[in-house]
Amino acid sequence: MKNTVGHPLKKYFRGEINYTTCSGCGNGIISQSILRAIDEIAIIFDQIAFVSGIGCSGWIPSPSFNTDVLHVTHGRSIAFATGLKLAAPQMKVIVCAGDGDTGAIGGNHFIHAARRNIDLTVVCVNNGIFGMTGGQVAPTTPYNSVTTTTPYGSIERPFDLSNLAIAAGATFVARWTTYHARSLKNSIKKAIEHKGFSFIEVISQCPVQYGKVIGMRNDPVSMLMHYKECAVNINKAKNMSADELKDKIIVGELVEKKNIPELTDEIKRLRREASRK
Amino acid sequence: MKNKKNIERKTDFIQGNIACAEGAIAAGCNFFAGYPITPASEIAHYMSRKMFEVEGTFIQTEDELAAIANIVGASWGGNKSMTATSGPGISLMLENIGLAVVTETPCVIVNVQRGGPSTGSPSVAFQGDMLQPKFGSHGEYQIIALAPSSPQEMFDFTVEAFNKAEKYRIPVFILADSLIGHMRERVDFPLDDEIILEERKKLKNYQGIHQKIFLDENVAPMPIFGEGLKANITGSTHKEDGFRNVSDPKIMDTAIKRLSNKILKHKEDIIAVEEKYLEDAEVAIFSYGLVYRAVLETVNIARNQGLKVGSFRPITIWPFPQEQVEELSKKVKTIIVCENNLGQIYPFVKAAANGNAKIIFLPPKILGALYKQEEILNKIKEVIS
Amino acid sequence: MVQINKDACKGCGICIAMCPVKILVFSDELNSRGVHFPKITQEEKCTKCENCMIYCPDFAVVVKKDEK
Repeated sequence: MKNTVGHPLKKYFRGEINYTTCSGCGNGIISQSILRAIDEIAIIFDQIAFVSGIGCSGWIPSPSFNTDVLHVTHGRSIAFATGLKLAAPQMKVIVCAGDGDTGAIGGNHFIHAARRNIDLTVVCVNNGIFGMTGGQVAPTTPYNSVTTTTPYGSIERPFDLSNLAIAAGATFVARWTTYHARSLKNSIKKAIEHKGFSFIEVISQCPVQYGKVIGMRNDPVSMLMHYKECAVNINKAKNMSADELKDKIIVGELVEKKNIPELTDEIKRLRREASRK
Repeated sequence: MKNKKNIERKTDFIQGNIACAEGAIAAGCNFFAGYPITPASEIAHYMSRKMFEVEGTFIQTEDELAAIANIVGASWGGNKSMTATSGPGISLMLENIGLAVVTETPCVIVNVQRGGPSTGSPSVAFQGDMLQPKFGSHGEYQIIALAPSSPQEMFDFTVEAFNKAEKYRIPVFILADSLIGHMRERVDFPLDDEIILEERKKLKNYQGIHQKIFLDENVAPMPIFGEGLKANITGSTHKEDGFRNVSDPKIMDTAIKRLSNKILKHKEDIIAVEEKYLEDAEVAIFSYGLVYRAVLETVNIARNQGLKVGSFRPITIWPFPQEQVEELSKKVKTIIVCENNLGQIYPFVKAAANGNAKIIFLPPKILGALYKQEEILNKIKEVIS
Repeated sequence: MVQINKDACKGCGICIAMCPVKILVFSDELNSRGVHFPKITQEEKCTKCENCMIYCPDFAVVVKKDEK
């Protein structure tokens, strides 16, 4: 689809801007947030590599972004990104993953990358469902949700991916929703500039698959407004009880730790030590 | 790219696994990722020290899925990368081995085979994973796999594996087993200038969004990340420029055929076999890897007894040396296939022979235990008489 | 100036909802995708907050600040 209106972010695209996502999908808002963050940092796009997995989130950078893009198997994007970052530490490596990539099939890679504090930025599109494959329950789907594989309601409790990242040792963690596109962009900027493993969880609307689950089918506007209503900033949430926080989405920059050894720096140190022997 | 200079001729008495690691270093390997597993762990032990000495990277990953993903990622980052594991690890890696094939990523995967299926017998030598590299990942693809039979060959074939991986942009397997991996034997290290290394064909300049970086039967140039080449890499069916197209069967047809032909059209360069005493042989023994040692010994003895027997040994298991076996089947009356398994390569020998010769399968009496000489010798005598 | 690439629009309505001065409405026309795209009414009320641009999942809206 030829875009006749010159979009300021068009320069970051491999050809025309043409996301084939469903109407109202959060992907495009997140894509813009990533690109606006990069635009504001004014880093050369060629110095950034994107790695993505399988699921709708994988199509944010691939093939659209006009830089090095590696689109890999489901759940393994962080593992491929680790190899790439270790081989090319001069590059900024950004992973676009889904909640399935991060919390289900690739959970192991996710926690270990956080533990290693490798300098990757993971932007996790958390839509609470397996969207592309037809609305199956995800590890992030709220308890008792009716999905295509939980017709009686889901009986498992969901993961809090940000807390998981924090527990695993991530040194920069932020959570926003697509309603908070500006704050999201600001946190992505910080994450890219952060030395160490940064994790950005974005609660994002899937109006087609998750919309059904919460009675907002094909209604992205209601979903965004729902996020607005449910969101509580971390600074406010600190003073709220668990009861008050029930069904709320805690947003904000949850963790920022500096001066924790980063993996590629540690490897450089080992090389120096090995060469002295 | 060389890691260090070998200017003095060196000989050592080392384990197969260490020889493999030394071969990798001699070939310029500068990235190793792996997960501990018997009987391959010694390779990781050695690399965990050596990689840093050669300005390289060693990482012990969270699992084998990450190990293969790491080496593919590192390869796109411009490193020469490798992992080493055993059958259970390969089983875990298979999906991403398919990704490495379809993204045409050079890397080396060492399988020091052990008894299987499942956890199996970790320290028993077995040739049970011979089909796994070729058929383990889903879909239709070609692969390169080499079967060493000694620590010396663990060194030599690992160098060769890197060369073939770089030249053809493909994962190359070393199919060893626990005995080859743990066997200590004399290894002669070549001098630096005796090692000829293949250089990766790299894309030099960005040539637009439709630049041809895949699906060339003569190997397309690889756009290394970080050099402004805007690499567009996906595991989905794609065209030469990397753009995916998953709806048009013609695109899939082209992709699969070109990916396969990239290897099949260069079989002459890729395939290596070793033939002994075949000029006047009535019987040939087909064997590879560890088993080849017992076979060669037996053939020597049989020759001393005046028996017209020879040995045919594929060094390259995949692509299978179909034409060479067919040629052999026209020369001899019988081919005895010796494998330390229940006949994994045997059907390929039979198919290649296509009725020209009688094909007999002779497994060891006890799988995992080496052939007793008389097991093979008696069969030779039985066939010849 | 707010520009809308009508054929890139998938008709989700997010820009209309996010406009703080409510000057975007669905057009009666259909675009090539068969959806009602937004149109601008009373552009002089536009605060150039860029919400419509930032929240458009399809990069179909552009707000140009420097132009009048």
